[in-house]
Amino acid sequence: MSTRADFSDGGRKGSRATRDAFRALVAAGLWLWAGAALAAPAGAPLTIHYLERRIERPTPLNNEPRVPEDEGLRGAELGLRDGNATGRFVGLTFALKPTVVAPGADLLAALAALVRENGGPPRFLVVNAPADDLLAVADAPEAREAVLLNVGAPDTRLRDRDCRARLLHVSPSRDMLTDALVQLLVHKRWGRLLLVSGPGPDDALYAEALRRSARKFGARILAEATFDARGADLRDSALKEFVLLTRGPDHDAVAVADERGEFGGNLVYNTAAPRPVVGTHGLTPAAWGRPVEAWAAVQLQGRFAKLAGRPMGPVDWAGWMAVHAVTEAATQLTSSDPAAIRDRLLSKKFEVGGFKGRALSFRPWNGQLRQPVFVLWPGAVVAAAPVEGFLHRRTELDTLGLDEPESACRAFGGHG
Amino acid sequence: MIVFRILLGATLLMPLRAEAREIYVSNERDNTVSVIDAATWEVARTFPVGRRPRGLTFSRDGKRLFVCASDSDAVQVIDPDTGKLLHDLPSGEDPEQFALAPDGKTLFIANENNATTTVVDADSRKVLAQVDVGIEPEGMAVSPDGTLAVTTSETTNMVHWIDTATLQAVDATLVGQRPRHAEFTRDGRRLWVSSEIGGTVAVIDVASRRIVETIGFEIRGISSDRIQPVGIALSEDGRTAFVALGPSDRVAAVDTETFKVKAYILVGRRVWHVAVLPGGERLVTTNGVSGDVTVIDAASLKAIRSIKVGRYPWGAAVRPTEMARGVDGRSAGAAE
Repeated sequence: MSTRADFSDGGRKGSRATRDAFRALVAAGLWLWAGAALAAPAGAPLTIHYLERRIERPTPLNNEPRVPEDEGLRGAELGLRDGNATGRFVGLTFALKPTVVAPGADLLAALAALVRENGGPPRFLVVNAPADDLLAVADAPEAREAVLLNVGAPDTRLRDRDCRARLLHVSPSRDMLTDALVQLLVHKRWGRLLLVSGPGPDDALYAEALRRSARKFGARILAEATFDARGADLRDSALKEFVLLTRGPDHDAVAVADERGEFGGNLVYNTAAPRPVVGTHGLTPAAWGRPVEAWAAVQLQGRFAKLAGRPMGPVDWAGWMAVHAVTEAATQLTSSDPAAIRDRLLSKKFEVGGFKGRALSFRPWNGQLRQPVFVLWPGAVVAAAPVEGFLHRRTELDTLGLDEPESACRAFGGHG
Repeated sequence: MIVFRILLGATLLMPLRAEAREIYVSNERDNTVSVIDAATWEVARTFPVGRRPRGLTFSRDGKRLFVCASDSDAVQVIDPDTGKLLHDLPSGEDPEQFALAPDGKTLFIANENNATTTVVDADSRKVLAQVDVGIEPEGMAVSPDGTLAVTTSETTNMVHWIDTATLQAVDATLVGQRPRHAEFTRDGRRLWVSSEIGGTVAVIDVASRRIVETIGFEIRGISSDRIQPVGIALSEDGRTAFVALGPSDRVAAVDTETFKVKAYILVGRRVWHVAVLPGGERLVTTNGVSGDVTVIDAASLKAIRSIKVGRYPWGAAVRPTEMARGVDGRSAGAAE
């Protein structure tokens, strides 16, 4: 049974929470709604926590802009703003409490501090952190009552054997991304690939996702090479080195797996044959990007740019989407009862828009948000996957990522 | 009016009912309006308007054309005979759709970018009020008796009810995801609302503001994701609702008594809106991706021809003629 303080905006039980609640009540001009007394006093905001572990990133090549420090959080802030603009019509208010820790800092200690300050365990926790951190948070006793919404970790294993019952994934997984890319390549009959991978463990995961997608949709990886950019000055060597690297059997495209951006940008137009570069650079699959404009996306892009003063990135979109999903479920229920909202998010009835042209919902077998994935280059969106012709008996969206029979996840009590 | 009369003269040999009917279509990407002569079904002329024109409608006498030029942040008032801009109306930011009240001068404008509905007196060109609504208001309609205006907010997923006497939002009704268009029945008792991403149409009882029926659509061979209801138009006899289903490239004809779909009519690609011609025998659709307008025969529920217009045709409005004036100014999905 939850207490009032769980949902108040930062105060412990007592006068501040009561005062906040009263103020919100007066502001909304509303009375108690049925069942709300069980969960929270009317008008008390439902608090969504945002927990982020910053990660170190190399200086970008070619004077490219850095990944913004507040990527993710700004999206969540817009989600909150949108949620409150909607919630006020049904007497709901929402709050967002960010906790951001430095690369080396103790994330679990930050979680414990958050619980102390919150006066109880969080109920909705948007997490922007690497996979191991995310699992540590999911398994921490402080998060035992929380629905976690993953916006930063694309690791397929989190949707597979390492899934958790209360862990939902708003960002697409790596295999959803590479499935989207390979669908487009196969559709265009560009299915013969050379693969160049960087040395990092995340590069290995991306390369493995590409191999799986190629098998799944009938593309072929004809040859593979690795490239370690450390110690090389690409400005001097790219013209020669990449030509040697990408000599191989007759192919349609060069796939690159370089998640940290250590050389991929320089591979474009530096291949031996006149072939496009696809993967982490060149033509890339992404949850969101600057050129996305269809399906009213331009509205969301505009609102975000106004708020953040910069374009919306894929993690921003996921942050927005995570908060939007929670506030939308609450609005559909006209309730801020966390248990009811959680059930709603996972129910078959739940559908939510995400400016991607289709209704989005969570897969009941692993908690992954079903969604179209854009295949784009910085200048334009080339396609939104699922690409025409890739069919699925349930929804074409389930052609992307782990389908029910393929996922080893059992935490949601599904098949198996 | 001279041009108009010449057109009349040229069509004397055509059946009387089709006489001198003009359909105005906004071409979102070309920043133009195409004028289709319904006697010959040809584009008679095309004139430039503001940027990204979407909704368009006529004054009751057919002498002024109102166009939402979304990216010009203006509602333009245009002389339909010459295509000349008469003046702009203050519209608020990013006007998307609008509806003209039965008084013929109060215009309710949905401002998509800033979550408001702007109410403008088209005669005095003054803003009467700005009403706070949900995020991305789009659909607009005014009840036939003029007492209620509604707007649908696409991200808030609600119908907002505005009392036209006080110009205050008085209630909100939750509907399916991404509501795009609202249409009152001619008796004013029901409101039909399309939900693009929800894939449904809600029929709402106006008195109680509750949904009485949710209509779903199913087309063999078309994935449900592609069935995205947008524009709605009701037949003159009130028995049929025509619902444009977006990227499924079809219009559903729905029986308004049983709420059953009578037919799915294949039209052009990405159909946005539907307008019924007076007399009720023909309707037209705007097809965004194929850049054309499909003409449907209401009796057989079949597409009978298509007319190439500009790029990304979005809204359509039938110009009221002197003969038909006062019969019904709302025909043309007028508020698209």
